[in-house]
Amino acid sequence: MAITTYREAIRTAIREALERDPQVFLMGEDVGRYGGAYAVSKGLLAEFGPDRIRDTPLSESTFVGAGIGAALGGMRPIVEVMTVNFSLLALDQIVNNAATIRHMSGGQFSVPVVVRMATGAGRQLAAQHAHSLEGWYAHIPGIRIVAPATLEDARGMLWTALQDPDPVLIFEHQTLYNMEGALADDAGSVDIDRAAIRRPGNDVSLITYGGTLGKTLQAAETLAGDDIDAEVIDLRSLRPLDMPTVLASVRKTHRAVVVDEGWKSGSLSAEIVARLAEEAFYDLDAPLARVCSAEVPIPYPKHLEDAATPQPPAIVAAAREAVGRHG
Amino acid sequence: MIGDSPERMSAAAPVAAAPETTTGPDVGRERGLHLLHEMLRIRRFEEKCAELYSAGKIRGFLHLYIGEEAVAVGAMQALGRDDAVVATYREHGHALARGIAMDRLMAEMYGKHEGCSGGRGGSMHVFDAATRFYGGNAIVGGGFPIAVGLALADKLQERPRVTACFFGDGAVAEGEFHESLNLAALWKLPVLFLCENNLYAMGTRLERAQSQTDLAAKARSYLMRADPVDGMDVLAVEAATQAAAAAVRSGEGPVFLELRTYRFRAHSMFDAELYRDKLEVDAWKQRDPIATFGSLLEELGAATKSDVAALDASVSDEIDRAVRFAEAGAWEPVEDLLKDVYTPAERRGTSPRGAA
Repeated sequence: MAITTYREAIRTAIREALERDPQVFLMGEDVGRYGGAYAVSKGLLAEFGPDRIRDTPLSESTFVGAGIGAALGGMRPIVEVMTVNFSLLALDQIVNNAATIRHMSGGQFSVPVVVRMATGAGRQLAAQHAHSLEGWYAHIPGIRIVAPATLEDARGMLWTALQDPDPVLIFEHQTLYNMEGALADDAGSVDIDRAAIRRPGNDVSLITYGGTLGKTLQAAETLAGDDIDAEVIDLRSLRPLDMPTVLASVRKTHRAVVVDEGWKSGSLSAEIVARLAEEAFYDLDAPLARVCSAEVPIPYPKHLEDAATPQPPAIVAAAREAVGRHG
Repeated sequence: MIGDSPERMSAAAPVAAAPETTTGPDVGRERGLHLLHEMLRIRRFEEKCAELYSAGKIRGFLHLYIGEEAVAVGAMQALGRDDAVVATYREHGHALARGIAMDRLMAEMYGKHEGCSGGRGGSMHVFDAATRFYGGNAIVGGGFPIAVGLALADKLQERPRVTACFFGDGAVAEGEFHESLNLAALWKLPVLFLCENNLYAMGTRLERAQSQTDLAAKARSYLMRADPVDGMDVLAVEAATQAAAAAVRSGEGPVFLELRTYRFRAHSMFDAELYRDKLEVDAWKQRDPIATFGSLLEELGAATKSDVAALDASVSDEIDRAVRFAEAGAWEPVEDLLKDVYTPAERRGTSPRGAA
């Protein structure tokens, strides 16, 4: 075991991919000389050279689309987009090309591109650098969406994503980059299909992913102090959703709270709640609940940013409500 | 190549062919008939498509290339088997000239499973792995980054290939045009940018959309070679693209050609053509790339009227066969609806089929 950070775990994964597969390269804004906006790729330019660590102009649509084209041309590109908000400039390429080419070509072409981007609030970056739009992407058939929330997944999801013949978008919550912990020396690739039970429990299922996993686990500890035994599910893959794991949990606990930093309206949390209503209605002993971001662009001041996003007390309150124990 | 003549842009009259582009004397019989044949195949195929559209056999949007055949046919002569093509939603001509079988193309128009995209794409989304034909892109400008990426893959893998990126004058107004020309020039990527300037972005004439109507000048501002070409003259297009493709292949970086052409038919089957004068269309029809090239071959003694009639007859047969093939084709079973959204589990972890 070695102590590492989420950032270093991703860097190790990128380095390993570059070493293992000559078709892999990294491209994006400031990934080279600058070392990456979140310092993920720091040092890789010196190690691998400018052909494989490619600084791009500020042209999101073209460098993401070039990743798609390079993937069609036999490469395995890792494209870094600085934040999910900037990825909207590349939405055309992701939604109209990456997600459709396999289908439109009748299965003749696959697009094995991996697009990584930072998402989420928590660092006072205001309304154009802090949104959680991964739920939007999860709406689109033809792409896979994953959200590593642990060091193991930060280390292990990339290689699996690169092996996948279809486009994979990896959402890295920006508050996680400094997360520190122990990672096994032989940590390697992990699946990108299944949800994980991060804390087993019997009384209520807390369903979350990415940046809110830590807050949800914290809430579960608080609930344990009240003798409420919460099960915490880390979705890991937002598309496809591992509903069997979610349903098995809810059929055991009979109660569910979805914690999602996206907004409620038209969201991933709405999707999960709808599926539970469709598929587990008669297993439920309490109304389904959600803890999401307030319906406001993320504000700059810390107290308002905190108020806008899911926090442990709100998760605790929602779970208590679900099990019928208030205050 | 013709001289840069911006005054032509504001005039309704078609560009006059510069004498040096009609290099008639060196058109041999075989090559001349080949080029004529290829253009005729496109013309007659699309005429049949229009008919089939009216008959309800082809649905959706149908954008005809009629009038622009010299561009696709001339340009494809410069490409080899391993080169790639990225085209637009007006791509039947490119598909045929690139070598996609007419019967499979027609089946695609019908939406039949035997179509070159398995029937899932239709008129606007023609794909073919065997000829490295990457669409059939119906988002104007959306093909630029794909072409840049294909070229990047070639450069990184040190393959002396060219990616031909076709687009219209309308696409020049898109941000992706500028982003992609910049990146291709910056990284010296082997992209051949082929701008089919037919003067109209749907119904918006060039000067109503562009502050600078000299499109080659825009490309030159990214420090790449850029020339206008008479797109109604198949020999001029062939010569210009061959020279440009050779430069691209040699590692010089991208080259831009503005192929000045004209769409004889409406933008799509729903277009009442309120935005242009019939006289303008008629004037351009005087420069019909097929009629003028046929006459040239006859003048040069490279072909006779009966040669041309024989070509017409063989094209007619090919179209009949293609229609029969499409009619006999199968509708994909509805049970397969969700196919080809993701790679099937048993094939995950292996190299994608069709990837270069």
